[in-house]
Parts: sequence; structure tokens; C-alpha cells
Amino acid sequence: MVFLFYMLSAIMIICALLVVFSKNPINNVIYLILCFLAMAGHYILLNAQFLAVVHVIVYTGAIMVLFLFVIMLLNLNKAIILRKSTVTRVSAVITGGIFFLVLLAATRQTFEIHAKYPFASDFGLVSGIGKVLFNEFLLPFEMSSILFISAMVGAMMFGKKDV
Amino acid sequence: MDWTELIFKTIFLIIIFVVTLVVAMYSTYGERKVAAFMQDRRGPNRAGPFGLLQPLADGLKMFMKEEIIPLTANKNLFIIGPSIAMTTALLTGVVIPWGGTISIGGRIFSLQVADLNIGILYVFAMVSIGVYGIMIGGWASNNKYALLGAIRAASQMISYELAMGMSIIALVLTTGTLSLHEIVSQQHGMHWNIFYQPLGFFIFLICAFAETNRAPFDLPECETELIGGYHTEYSSMKLGFYLFAEYINMFISSAVIATLYFGGYNMPFIDQLGLSMNTVTFIGTFFFFLKIFSMIFLFMWIRWTLPRFRYDQLMNMGWKGLIPLAMFNIVATGIYYFFTELK
Repeated sequence: MVFLFYMLSAIMIICALLVVFSKNPINNVIYLILCFLAMAGHYILLNAQFLAVVHVIVYTGAIMVLFLFVIMLLNLNKAIILRKSTVTRVSAVITGGIFFLVLLAATRQTFEIHAKYPFASDFGLVSGIGKVLFNEFLLPFEMSSILFISAMVGAMMFGKKDV
Repeated sequence: MDWTELIFKTIFLIIIFVVTLVVAMYSTYGERKVAAFMQDRRGPNRAGPFGLLQPLADGLKMFMKEEIIPLTANKNLFIIGPSIAMTTALLTGVVIPWGGTISIGGRIFSLQVADLNIGILYVFAMVSIGVYGIMIGGWASNNKYALLGAIRAASQMISYELAMGMSIIALVLTTGTLSLHEIVSQQHGMHWNIFYQPLGFFIFLICAFAETNRAPFDLPECETELIGGYHTEYSSMKLGFYLFAEYINMFISSAVIATLYFGGYNMPFIDQLGLSMNTVTFIGTFFFFLKIFSMIFLFMWIRWTLPRFRYDQLMNMGWKGLIPLAMFNIVATGIYYFFTELK
């Protein structure tokens, strides 16, 4: 288990770095897909099979397909090297650094949260998630589902030529 | 899990792997024979008796052909494309319950490699990853026709995945579980889901045709418009992998349909016969394969009967026909269970 954890983490970090550093847009998307698959592996290690499989279906199977789709349609297969001015670069580095600091602070908080909510091995299974969603978070859950359906109907309306 | 269980699972996995390949191989033969029958021809009859060695000859031909990778293609992705198509096609078989339980030397083994409690969703995940094989291959060829085929495949699969998922939600409402093993055992004694979810089955079937890129939804490889679609530039066994993956997908989706809607390995009146457990399992598996083969025949029958859709018709049917129908099915099922099981 520990070995798997380190292997998945290594894959994830390497792929995430390659997403940033590789210059070809198609390769970027493919590394991001690999990164997401490794993340699904982490969910399985935490015994959250439902979360893992939904992650694969939604992020890897739908959203990344759309990313790839757009990049293919725009035919961005040439490596792009962006030239930015010095001011932009410096401000980008500062913003990135501050964001990293915020993330670090948030990660430190998790040590306290962990102690309050101990790890339950059946939490990620369908029944566990279903109970939480339909008891504690019923209203937000229903609201977001209505939002999704309206978005879908809206997409269908856009497809119509004469509304 | 102890060693005997592990060894059994490994052997069983290899058997499934081989059976999947053999069935897919002979589906190509079956397809030609069915086509020939429909068009009043003879079909393959030169290699071996009744042309039975034809798939082997085809495979040999595919391996012996010259392998061409276009100069302008992205070489790595060009090779990865068919590999993904083949791998994801083969991965789905592990969650399907191929039979009941058998006892070997006093120990009881289940004829299913992995009984995940999210079995159906696993199948979906594999299907949704499968589209990358086509997309990456089509793009890496650096050919306009291949790219068009890949883009068509992607948008078609995304559109029909929605309706497919929704038809499954209605099925899950009836069965109350996502595990394929549970779903099959609930259908014991002719309580087949097709009687409870006829509309859901209809939607699922249409979507399965679209997901496997079979006629009348074979727009991605539409010869008259796109030469060969996403595999225009492919040759040798890489082309073979793409074509073969399609047949494996057909076999697996037939198996999934048989599992979800036709009772899997259940057969009527099995309890009245009073047979031993191993015999029952054997007959059940035989019956399961009979169901799968009838389903594969349906796939072929429709391919050689119906003409191809136009692309806008295909999209219209997916978004404006099947999705509203599937939503209606969910609501109707929900209302039915709300009023009948409200105790």
C-alpha cells in the first residue's frame, strides 16, 4: 500500500510538472489525463471506489475529452513559445509564490482537521456518500442537479438554429 | 485473499482474455457470413471447411503486412492510439459475472474476476477512456480525414454517453445496486430487467450501438465521406488492433446488455431441474453466451439492414430524442417507486 502510494504520487507529480513544462498543447492534455488517472488511484487506496470511478468518468472521460477536442479543432499542434515582458514575468512569479504560500497554509490546517474527523474506511463507498448527500446536503445537492439540467437544456437550445 | 483464490482468479482471467479474443476473432467471420446471407452471397468459404480458418488467415495477413508510419505523424502517439483502444476494450471484461459459482475440491469460487460494488460505473469509465484511442490515433496521423473522423467519434461518444448514463440511472432505481453480481442475482427466476425497464433497454441499446461505432452510427469511419475515418493512415497490425477493438467492444457490450437486461447467466426453470451446482453453473454460462451471441447477431443484422445516419440527424437524435426520453424514464420510474414502495 505504501509502495503504491509513493508510486502514484510520483506519477502524479511528474505528470503535473510535465503539464507545465511541455510545450506541445496535445502533450499537456495527455499528461493531465495521466495525472487524473493517478489521482483516481489515490482515491482507490483510500477505499473511495465510487469517488475514483466518478472522477475517471467525469474528469478523464468527459472534461479532458472536450479539452482535447478543442485543441484538435483549433489545430494547435505547433509548440508555442510565449514572449512576455519582464513586468509580466516578475508579477507572475510573485503571484505564483503567494498562491503557493496560501496552499501551504491550507495544507497545514489539515493536520488539525484530521484529528477531528478520523478516517472512516466506508466513507467513499456509494452507500456512505449517498447517505451524506441525501441527509446533510440534500438542498445543495438538489440545487446543483437542477443547475446541471438547466445547463444541459441550455446547451440543447444553443444547438437549435431557429429558436 | 489466499493463494488458491489468487491462482484461480489468475487462471480465470487468462481464460476470459483468450475467450474474448477468440469470440472477437470469430465475430469477424460471423459478420461476413451474416452479410453474405443478407446479400444472397456465400461469404468466406476458401480457407478451411466453411471458411472457418478465414480469421486466422486475416490475422496472419495483418501481421505480415508492411508497417507504415507516415513521416509527418507524431510517432509516439501514433503507436499509443491503437494500444489504448485495445487495452480499454479488454479491461471491461473483468467486472462481468460470467457464471454462478463452481466448487473445485470442496472450495467455492465465483466465476467473476472482480465483484466491484460500482461494477456498472467501472464499465462506463472504461468506455469513456476508450474514446482516447480513437482521438489520439486520429490526431497523430496528421491527416485531415483522420482528424475529422476522430472529432466525429469524440462528439458522438460524449453525446450518447449522457443518454446511456441516464438509462442506467433508471435501472439502478429498480435494482437498488451498482454491483453487476447483485443485479444478475436479483433477476433470478425470469425477473429480467427488460420487463421492468423496456424503455431504458431501448435507449441503452441505441447508445450501445453509438458507443461501439457500429452502423447505423459508424460516422467516424464513414468510407464514402472520410475514406477510412480515424484509421485512414494506419496499416498492418495497428489497423488490425483498431478493427479488432471494435469487435471486442461489440462482444463486451453484448455481454453487458445480457447482464443488465436479460438476466445474465440465469435461465428459466433451472431450479426445477434439481442439478448439482457445477452443472447449473455450466448450463448458466452456456446460456449467458447464447444470449451474448444473439445480441451480437442483432448488432450484425442491424448493420447490414439499416443505412447510415447523416451527422446532424445523429446529433439531433442523441440530444433531442434520447436524452429527453431517458429523463422521462427516470422520472416515471421514480414516481412509480415513490407510490408503490411508500410504506
